[in-house]
Parts: sequence; structure tokens; C-alpha cells
Amino acid sequence: MTVDNDRSIVGAPLPRVEGPAKVTGAAKYSADNELPGMLHAAIVGAPVARGRLVQIDTTALAAVEGVVRVLTREDMPTFGAVHAFQAAALDLPMQSDEIHFEGEPVAIVLGTSLQAVEQARPLVRVRCAAQPPILPGHGEREVIAGEEGERDGGSVGEEGGMTWMVWPYGGPVRIGDAAASLETSHTRVGGTWTHPSRHHNPMETSSTIAHWDGDVLTMWDSVQASFVVPPVLADALGIDPGNVTVVSPHTGGGFGAKGWVWPHQVLTAAAARIVGRPVKLHLTRADQYTSTGFQPALTQHLELGADSSGRLTATRHHVSNITGLTETYVEGATEVKDLYACPALDTGQDVERISVGAPTPMRTTNEGCGLWALESAMNELAHELNIDPLELRLRNYADREPTTERPWSSKRLREAYADGARLFGWYDRPRDGRTDGPWRIGTGMATCTMGQVRFPGNARVRLARDGSVRIETDIQDIGTGLQTVLTQIAADELDVPVGDVSVAWGHSDLPSTGPVYASSATVHTGSAVALACRELRKNLSEYSDTPSVTDAIAETDLAEIVGEGKFGLEGNAPIDVGGGDSGYAIRSFGAVFVEVAVDPELGLLRLRRMVGSYSCGRIMNERTARAQMIGSLTWAWGKATMERSELDPATARWLSKNLTGVHVPANADIPADIIVHFVDEVDPHASAIGARGVGEVGATGVDAAIADAVFDAVGVRIRDLPITPKRLLTAIGET
Amino acid sequence: MEFRVNGEIHSEQVSARTSLLDWLREHPGLTGAKKGCAEGACGGACTVLVDGVRMNSCLVLVAQCHGSNITTIEGLADVDGVLHPVQKAFIGEDAFQCGYCTPAQIMSAVASIRERHTSSAEEVQEWMSGNLCHCSAYPQITAAVLAASKKVTG
Ligand code: FES
Ligand code: FES
Repeated sequence: MTVDNDRSIVGAPLPRVEGPAKVTGAAKYSADNELPGMLHAAIVGAPVARGRLVQIDTTALAAVEGVVRVLTREDMPTFGAVHAFQAAALDLPMQSDEIHFEGEPVAIVLGTSLQAVEQARPLVRVRCAAQPPILPGHGEREVIAGEEGERDGGSVGEEGGMTWMVWPYGGPVRIGDAAASLETSHTRVGGTWTHPSRHHNPMETSSTIAHWDGDVLTMWDSVQASFVVPPVLADALGIDPGNVTVVSPHTGGGFGAKGWVWPHQVLTAAAARIVGRPVKLHLTRADQYTSTGFQPALTQHLELGADSSGRLTATRHHVSNITGLTETYVEGATEVKDLYACPALDTGQDVERISVGAPTPMRTTNEGCGLWALESAMNELAHELNIDPLELRLRNYADREPTTERPWSSKRLREAYADGARLFGWYDRPRDGRTDGPWRIGTGMATCTMGQVRFPGNARVRLARDGSVRIETDIQDIGTGLQTVLTQIAADELDVPVGDVSVAWGHSDLPSTGPVYASSATVHTGSAVALACRELRKNLSEYSDTPSVTDAIAETDLAEIVGEGKFGLEGNAPIDVGGGDSGYAIRSFGAVFVEVAVDPELGLLRLRRMVGSYSCGRIMNERTARAQMIGSLTWAWGKATMERSELDPATARWLSKNLTGVHVPANADIPADIIVHFVDEVDPHASAIGARGVGEVGATGVDAAIADAVFDAVGVRIRDLPITPKRLLTAIGET
Repeated sequence: MEFRVNGEIHSEQVSARTSLLDWLREHPGLTGAKKGCAEGACGGACTVLVDGVRMNSCLVLVAQCHGSNITTIEGLADVDGVLHPVQKAFIGEDAFQCGYCTPAQIMSAVASIRERHTSSAEEVQEWMSGNLCHCSAYPQITAAVLAASKKVTG
């Protein structure tokens, strides 16, 4: 196994292999494709959030040139049942008159041009018998059950001969007697922390082109996981999954919105089949607010008890998130339970059913949410006890996974803390009301963590007689630098120049592999490429024992030699979380330090600098890993200070379905002074290449660090995100 | 209607309801300009240069373009395919992730440099803030614009 850090090609900051295609406009995203005879589609959504569809009147469309047809429920086939972990929403639309959320598809306009369908769509009259929507605070609440103390690897269920995952998050965990320990604790802190709902808003809204040739379906699709598209379409449309081809080389951002298959993809394929022509659907920005999920609003009640030295004695953490009437999504915020050593634990979650569509994972799910409460509470505890926040974390450092006692696959968080503190100048930071003109300056820190999500991975590697190496794997390029990393892995394993390695990706004719979400791809597909190279070497050794693979193949009369790589999980699991059955707890860690400026007169909040220092296993490409972390830190700044999707309190419609009313960071919000650091580490258990997940862990904990920096600057604690000028001014006014 | 796109003359009838963005993408098939919203609100994934000025092409009707000279990302490299200094700098500084906003960022950068709004990191950040990048490659974009600006303006 080549997991030493000595070889220079792995880890080297190579520029991205797809760079030239991206800077010239040559990179094709799904909506960039055109097919002969193709129709454009626009989805007509329900205008009310709850009720019954009465009639769809299309008479006004007669005047619009280019409209070909309007499909309604009567035109649709009865869809077969689709499954969780593949489909994002299990209740497929256009199957009944019932309306469960505003924007739920009720009709599809098809036309020969985009202009025609855009002009026609608002002319479709949708008559509904509206009922009052179920609003937040009025929905039924459902407690997430689960065996007490159940392992969080995710349980696997059997159904119809297939294996399906059962949602692994949110079940109660009770260790010791948290209530009693809290009563007798030397110091207690706690409260309620809230997150608003937020939408992913990738720059590329989802698009799909469906083309049928007899029973054979080809989909050009914006996805973060092509392998789930064939089974969902096959289940829904009653076709053979082997007859579905997915073409998806480049995905224009996703952040979770393109992870599982959404109804619009099924509807596009169904529409194309009905009209017998290729159909393209490109969701508008507004469509996307009701079509591809969101991170649900959540409320967290968290309490910590500690002794006088700051050692935790008890943690109580209860979380509630909104979900749809027909869809259950649990935002697993209590997954932070394994961050610190603590003898008594009491966690639980519930969901509240209201009139919205399905929520879905979003950067960063689970711990990204839970750390807002836990790390904020840790900072409050440090303040109460007058202990340095970093020192408090070290006093509660978990040398094994607390709830299971399993060893970590690898954890170098102590080094990450120390390096981050040094790079930031944490111990020399100015205290007590430093000012800079009208600005008050504050600093804060937090721990970052994310449980490793693992999938099986597959790849093929071909070595040709001329020495060229080709990697084949059906993975998307979503900008993580994965394709570049794969070439580095193959160059390292086969000891060939990286320039001789190419990658074929983004087509389902290639070996099917895992997704590009949940910071999992380097682990599953990087491992598969390494294993394929090792297999190739083994196959080649049957012909020649010359160490150089290029010399060896030249000695044979083979045109090429091939290796297949399969990265499997223990127990043949289709997915595992936090280590699964590996015997190890697998998780990425980090520490983030921030400096902010607050203008107390105007309530303005500005980022001045950040340091992120991480323990994420072996870093495969320093440059692309850094980019991942800068992306996540920026994302977290947006979460902490600006992003919020609001449901209209009367109609349960999303307000501001655009990027003007919903703010995300712009260039001027993010200073150049961001330092990203990785500790030198090789994880021998998480993958076949020493790596763990990089990326999303960088967006965890940051909100709590920012809130503590605000407290340091102006002395107010904000527990509701985002920290807006209005909230700041209100809080400052109350002091 | 007659106008030039990347130096090539187009003279044809255009539909009154077609945006420059949709026309570019669907007629000559120049799909480098992206659609992020079609309403001038996504921070210009559709940015192209119209007579050297950056425009959100989703907000321009192609019918307004008579006599104009339009440059898209596809027309930026020279005839031999040698990349423009801004394109090179974007690769060199790793100024993108998914790449969806990238053609627009590059067109904006070319204009910012030409407009002489690139003398410092702060100035670049301001003048490049019309283009959102939700993958958030902002520090690298700023570095790329500064690097290219040095090359272009000497
Ligand atoms: S496509 Fe969003 S501004 Fe033009
Ligand atoms: S690179 Fe993805 S939006 Fe900018």
C-alpha cells in the first residue's frame, strides 16, 4: 500500500486538468446541449401551498406561437414507488389532485423554443380549492425513534430483494443520567439556538434533457450522483435500469441540491416519452426554490454542565426541524455528540410537518447545524469559567469516540488546534475592546468536525503500450479537483509522469461509482483508482517482473493492460457513516479562528481574517484542497451573516425566490487574508489512499466562532442566525 | 439586424422576445455564457462584452444589438488558441471550482482591467463583486485578476 507521504506527486498543487475547458467555455453543463427536434419544458407549479387542484385552463396559450402541448395529471403514467437515498422526494407529483406545497408541479408546458414556454407558462390558469396551509409552529411533531444508543452507522433494511438504507440520524442517545448531572454541575450554560431555512443556490440551477430511443433513455442531467438516476427512473417509469444512460460530466455546483433524484427529472423523462421527442427542462432560479430541496429551519435546545476546571459533566441536546407533509427529512444536528468526552449524554430529535416540499442535505448538514449550538455553548462556558476557549476544548479532548469507545481511524486535532492558534496568533490576540476607527474588533474560535460518509467506489485503469494511462469512472466534475487528484493517484501508484494520465468521466457507460457529495468522492473513487492501479500491476506481473510498468508492457505483446478497482465497505454496506462496521470511528476535524469588525452604530459586521487548520487525513492536492476549504469558509460566512430563505407566514410560499432578496457572499465580503492549513497526516483506515473527507468540514463551527468574535467585539450574544445588522443593533440596544 | 460576435458578422432576423443570452446559446451555440437566473439577479453568470462593456446578456434583447460588437468567452483566446492572459491567470491562481460562473468572471475581469479598476486587491474585490461565485473562489479570483492585470497593463 502506498500511503507514505514521501512521493511528491500526491499532495502536489497541480493545476486542474479540466481548467482549460472551464476558462474557454468548452466545458459542457447539461443545459448546454441541444438535440435535433428537442422541445423545451417549463413546469407550472401549484399556486397555493395546500388544497386540491380543480382545473387547469390553457385556453390563453393558443395565442403563443411555438407551444406544442401542455401535459397535466391525465397525461401522466402512474409512477412506480421510488426509494429513499436514491430519490429526494418519495411522493411524486402529478399523480393526484392533492397539493402539499406551493410550487408542486401540476402541469408541464412544452414548446419549440424557450421563449415560447416562458411566455406561455404564466398564462396557464391553475384553479385550486385552497385550504389554509400548515405553518411553522402549527405542524404535527413526530419524535424520531430508534433503539436507544443505536450505532449511527446507519442500519440496512431489506425490501423486495434490494437493500435500502434507513436514515441513520436523529435517534435518541442516552448515556448516564444527564438530567441529574446537570443539576449537580458546578457550572451550567445552555439555551436555544436557531437556524433559518436556506436554499443551496448553486449557480447552475438544475437542468435535464431526456431523450428516448425506443425503450432506451438517455439523460443529460445536472447531478451529484449519476448512479442513482437509472434506478429511480426505472422504478418510476417501469423500465429496465440498464436501459438508462446518464451523461453528466460537469455540474455547476450543487451543495446537496443535486444529490438525490428530484421529481423534475422523472417528469422530464415522462414528458419526453409521451411526446416522442427529446425534452429539455432548465429550472429557473425561482423554480429551484420549490424543486430541489432546502436546509430546513431548525431549533436546538442545548445545555452543558461542567466542573470547575471546565471538564464536561453532561450534555443535553434536543433538536427540531421542519419537514414536508409527505416527506420526512431529519437534519441530524445531534451528530455532534461525539466531539467531546462527556460522561452523561441525552440527545433526541423531532420533525414538524408543515406545508413545504422535501428538505434535503445541504453543505454542511448534521454537524454543520449541530456545532452552531454546541460550539456556541462551549464558548459561553469558556467565558463563564474564565478559561481560554481553546484550552477548554483541549480539556475535553476525546481520545476515543465517546459514545462507542471505538478508536479513531486517525485524529490529529491537537496539532490542528496548535498550528491554527500559532498561525492566527491566538494567544497574542488583543482583548477587551480593540477599535479601528468606527469598528470594534473581536476574535473567536471553534472546533470543526464532520463524520465521514463512505460509499463503495469503482474505477478502471488502462495502461496502453505507448505508456499512456487512462482512468475510467462515472463520476461528475463539480469543481472539487477530483479528476486532477485521480491523475495524481494513478501517477503515484504506477510511477508514471502525471502528464501521461488522463481521465474519462461523467458517462454511465464507465464504471459506476459513488457520488460527489458528502465530501466522499476522494475516499471512494480515489481509493478505487489506487486499487485498480494495484490490480493492473498484479496483472502485468504475470507477463513481466520489470518494475517500471511502461518498460514491462513494452516487453510483452499486449496492446494494453487493464486493472479494475473496487473499494468496498465492511459488510458490503451501500453507504456508511462515521466508520460503519470498520471497527474505527472515522471523522474529519479542524479548528477555525476568526477576526471580525463590528460597527456598533450601524450594526455592520465584516470579516477581517480567518485561519482554518484541519486534520483530514492525507491531502491529495494542496491547491484544490485549499480551494475546497476557502469555499466552505466563505459559505459559512454567508450562513452566519446573511443567508436566509423565509416562508411567508400567511401562505407558506418562499419569499424572494431569487438572489436579490436572498443574499450570498460576494467577492468584496471575503478578504484575501484567509489561511488554510492541513496537518501532516495519513489515515490508514478510512480509505485505501490515506485520505479522509475534505471540504464540508470547513463550513462547520465557523458560525459559532463568528458569533463569539461578535461577542468579543461588542459584548452581545446572538443565538439566531443569520447575524444581521438588525439583530446586532437590537442586541446592542438592549445592553 | 447585423452585428458581430467574436469578429464574425451575423445578419439575420431575430425574434423580438429573445435575450442576447438565449440567442448566443441557441443560435451560434456559444454556451460559454451561462444562465443563472435570466433576470439580472444571479450576479451575471451571463456576462459578455457588448462593444467592450460588460453586460448581463440575459437583460439585453438581441434585437437591441444592431451594429454591436459582442465578445464572449469563446472569442477571448487568439486565433491560434493561445489563451488570453486573464484565462491563463484563472488557471494559474485556481480561480474556479465548478466553473459555471467562470466565463462570466473572466469577461468581467477583462473589462475591469480595461477600465483600470484593478490597482489593488480591494479595488478588484469591489469591481468584481457583480459576479457571484457560490463555490466561492473569491480570494483566488482576486489574485488572478491582479496577476493578469500586471501582465496586460505591464
Ligand atoms: S443570468 Fe443571472 S444575471 Fe443574467
Ligand atoms: S466556480 Fe462554481 S460558482 Fe464559481
